[in-house]
Amino acid sequence: MRSDLQNRAPLGLKIAAAAGLLFLHLPILLIFVYAFTTEDKSYQWPPPGFTLKWLGVTWNRPDVWEALWLSVKVATISTIIALVLGTLCAAAVARTKFFGRETISLLVILPIALPGIITGISLRSAFNLMDIPFSVWTIVLGHATFCVVVVYNNAVARFRRTSASLIEASMDLGANGFQTLRHVVLPNIATAMLAGGMLAFALSFDEVIVTTFTAGQQATLPIWMLEELVRPRQRPVTNVVAMVVVLVTLLPILAAHYFTRDGDNPAGHGK
Amino acid sequence: MSDAIIIRPLGFGDRLSDVLWRRPNLLIGLMLAAPVLWLGVVYVGSLVALLVQSFFSIDEFTGLINRQFTLKTYRELFTSPANLDIILRTVLTAACVTIASAMIAFPIAYYAARYARGRWKALFYLGVMLPLWSSYLVKIYAWKLILAKEGILSWLLDKLYLNWLLEAYLSLPLLGGNSLSVSYTGTFIVFVYVWMPFMILPIQAALERVPSSMLDASSDLGAHPAQTFRHVLLPLALPGVVAGSIFTFSLTLGDYIIPQIIGSSRLFIGQAVYAHQGTAGNIPLAAAFTVVPIVIMGFYLWMAKRQGAFDAL
Repeated sequence: MRSDLQNRAPLGLKIAAAAGLLFLHLPILLIFVYAFTTEDKSYQWPPPGFTLKWLGVTWNRPDVWEALWLSVKVATISTIIALVLGTLCAAAVARTKFFGRETISLLVILPIALPGIITGISLRSAFNLMDIPFSVWTIVLGHATFCVVVVYNNAVARFRRTSASLIEASMDLGANGFQTLRHVVLPNIATAMLAGGMLAFALSFDEVIVTTFTAGQQATLPIWMLEELVRPRQRPVTNVVAMVVVLVTLLPILAAHYFTRDGDNPAGHGK
Repeated sequence: MSDAIIIRPLGFGDRLSDVLWRRPNLLIGLMLAAPVLWLGVVYVGSLVALLVQSFFSIDEFTGLINRQFTLKTYRELFTSPANLDIILRTVLTAACVTIASAMIAFPIAYYAARYARGRWKALFYLGVMLPLWSSYLVKIYAWKLILAKEGILSWLLDKLYLNWLLEAYLSLPLLGGNSLSVSYTGTFIVFVYVWMPFMILPIQAALERVPSSMLDASSDLGAHPAQTFRHVLLPLALPGVVAGSIFTFSLTLGDYIIPQIIGSSRLFIGQAVYAHQGTAGNIPLAAAFTVVPIVIMGFYLWMAKRQGAFDAL
């Protein structure tokens, strides 16, 4: 009797939790409705009618395509850099105890623990001091810096869960360090790296605060949206772009969840 | 069995990996070189350069930066009432946002930690992760649609014949405004909406470590659920709340886009930094302004560490 009662959530808690989740989700769903509204001058609700016209209009906009292309380019390069740096760092920190280990993890977390505007303005003033012109690479420099932490977190968790005896077994069986890396270590952490990479891509694809400082005149997709938010010119196109951005960021998140879902029992953990 | 051992000649890869195996410090050094160089040079380097510039000053007549050590910029920052006003407003808002986020996040985290099982648990996790990761600007945009004068909120209140309530609220001196989307309240709502998801997972992690036998024991000893919450659950969950508050507090402290798009014309620290480095070209003052959140967050992280919040992350 008693445990039965204990396992049922009180009604108040249920309502509060459900209300909280609705608060999180309803505004995003609203974006999907507005993408199809016929109203193009205001944010009128309920929409006077529905149309697919704006999808076509957005498709034919070169500025949207350019911004999208720049975002994809930046996110891809940043993700690759973050994957290399984050995994190396995680491998060093997870396996061994060395002097300054805490400092290293602080160094990795700092770019995300301090407000983004600080990263942004310090990079901007550094570019100024060194006369570096704005380019794709200045954006990448900022993005890769705060993407490292996502890859690092995923990789470090996986390294801690994989048993060290696997590596020793591989060495005992005559494999050298590189063969062990290729056939034992990498397959074990591959999905964690993939998940970290997905999240890093999503983070970079969406980043706007640091980017406003490091982009100069270039427009990534978030910068394009920011300009529309500050000075709305083509509301219907913005609505469609917002919907596409939601869908594009949704996929990497779901994929990352899928890849780390079984992360609690990787090989070599059956102790 | 004796011929099972095959001795093959040692290649370069074998010799190199032997050297690395015998000298683990060399291996660690090689692995850390690239990340530490990148973060050290790109990030810490430019951060230090920025902090150094906060000790420079700007010449009021020529607008050029005077590269001599001075505390003049800091004096300007802390003596001007307008600047103090900005700092106070930002810190108070960040504190309110943190408290509101904790209040909304707690029931979700508690339900997910204690009652959700199996498929529901995964669903809850995704239900938190998706809004957390979806686009920051799109979330702000969604609220611009909701809070607009002709938007869904006004429509809903109109249907419920509660428009007078909104009117009355908007006529309040500090919190109100022309419409919610240009009011201080609007800024607050969007801050809570955007940063609250960061609070849920740390609280959930802390709550999952609370054994349910403790709650049973508390109620067996005659505690009312409210008393159990106050004296058992909350103290045990506090490290998680503090861990989550690091995010909500820090992110609110440095944000300059939300108050710019949804809010009154009153500035936040982030906007001040942006304005001073941009149009005004006063890098020293902008740099001095960024020192404020750095110092506050440093103090906050130190307090959080003492609370044991980092174990809950």
